[in-house]
Amino acid sequence: MKTCLVVDDSRVIRKVSRRILEDLGFEVAEASDGVEAMAWCSAVMPDVILLDWIMPVMDGLEFVVRLRGEPGGETPRVIFCSGETEIDRIREALDAGADEYIMKPFDGAIVAGKLHDLGLLEELAA
Amino acid sequence: MIDPMDRAFISALCLARAGLRIDPDRSYLIEGRLASVARREGFASPVDLIQALRASGDERLGWAAVEAMAMPETQFFRDRAVFDHLANEVLPALAKAREGEPVRIWSVACGTGQEIYSLAMMLAETPGLADRAELFGSDLSERSLEKAQAGLYSQFEVQRGLPARGLVRHFEKRGEGYALSPRIRQMVRWRRVNLLDDLSRFGQFDLLLCRNVLGAMAPEAQVRVRAALGRALAPGGRLVLGLKDGGELLTSIAPEIGLYAAPGEGGPMNVEPRRMATGSGSMVVEL
Repeated sequence: MKTCLVVDDSRVIRKVSRRILEDLGFEVAEASDGVEAMAWCSAVMPDVILLDWIMPVMDGLEFVVRLRGEPGGETPRVIFCSGETEIDRIREALDAGADEYIMKPFDGAIVAGKLHDLGLLEELAA
Repeated sequence: MIDPMDRAFISALCLARAGLRIDPDRSYLIEGRLASVARREGFASPVDLIQALRASGDERLGWAAVEAMAMPETQFFRDRAVFDHLANEVLPALAKAREGEPVRIWSVACGTGQEIYSLAMMLAETPGLADRAELFGSDLSERSLEKAQAGLYSQFEVQRGLPARGLVRHFEKRGEGYALSPRIRQMVRWRRVNLLDDLSRFGQFDLLLCRNVLGAMAPEAQVRVRAALGRALAPGGRLVLGLKDGGELLTSIAPEIGLYAAPGEGGPMNVEPRRMATGSGSMVVEL
């Protein structure tokens, strides 16, 4: 079973994302900021990380830069999931090491589509 | 509520004008699509709109109703495997066969433009192909074409199928939406086309995409359109149908991604001249 780490300081968003990902067959873990996510990743790298940008303690951008510098940190696919919708900000996230970018508000179809395009989901429901 | 008689009237109108098969029992769909036409045209309700249509037989109003019922769902890079195959195999082969002449590509029933723009972005990102194609988009719906030509999409639309790298490379934010760059927009020409009309006047094309509409047409209309598309293919040209459309009367090339050639034309792409557009058939008609 593929694993996904959901990193978001909003409990509601984590819950919504968890439901979407579990419906798509993922095993889900949660972290509420970049430091917690880092701790999780040092134990075991997930297949994919759904990553909020603005969070206390360590934000998503700093997290992805640090992750990519860790041993094995190139492995997880990182999908930002953020309320930032400016093109320059999205470019910044991709340049920092993210593979994909989802703008909030999002839905299950958008998440499934991005996972499919990254090769993490075989079948895409029509 | 639109009553069954009125729904049957709309269904028959769609069939007669555009070969579209609209199930008269789909009251929610019919009501929803006609509500926006009614509002736009100044009617209090879809029922009033249908009454006016019945009474006057107004040509333009009739088309407005049919076009609203025809609007296909579409998204960027729908069925990614199709686009990968076109980029890696079909387009390079067509460009090579055309030896410097532009490759002519037509997105038939292009809806709001995502399909042909996906191809345009792909071509723009491929060295050697960027300036080697003429892209055309056509649809029955004027409103879809207006939106396609504007190239302005909602946040939701740019997240369906379009990779974030593509968004960053080719779009800029405008208000709440995202505007496609002029460079990509200018690669495509648009024209309103009813597929039941004579398609031969548009000349022949090296690549036709018709992935959104056949399944919505009545069986007789499907046969007619398939045959017309076969004739609109240049020698060695390729036709992409929807994955559920089926390629009866055509030559299968890679049916798993909907790729076909004209009857008897499955061989290598070659440089036989294309039949060009005639008279009123120029695709270079501004809306």
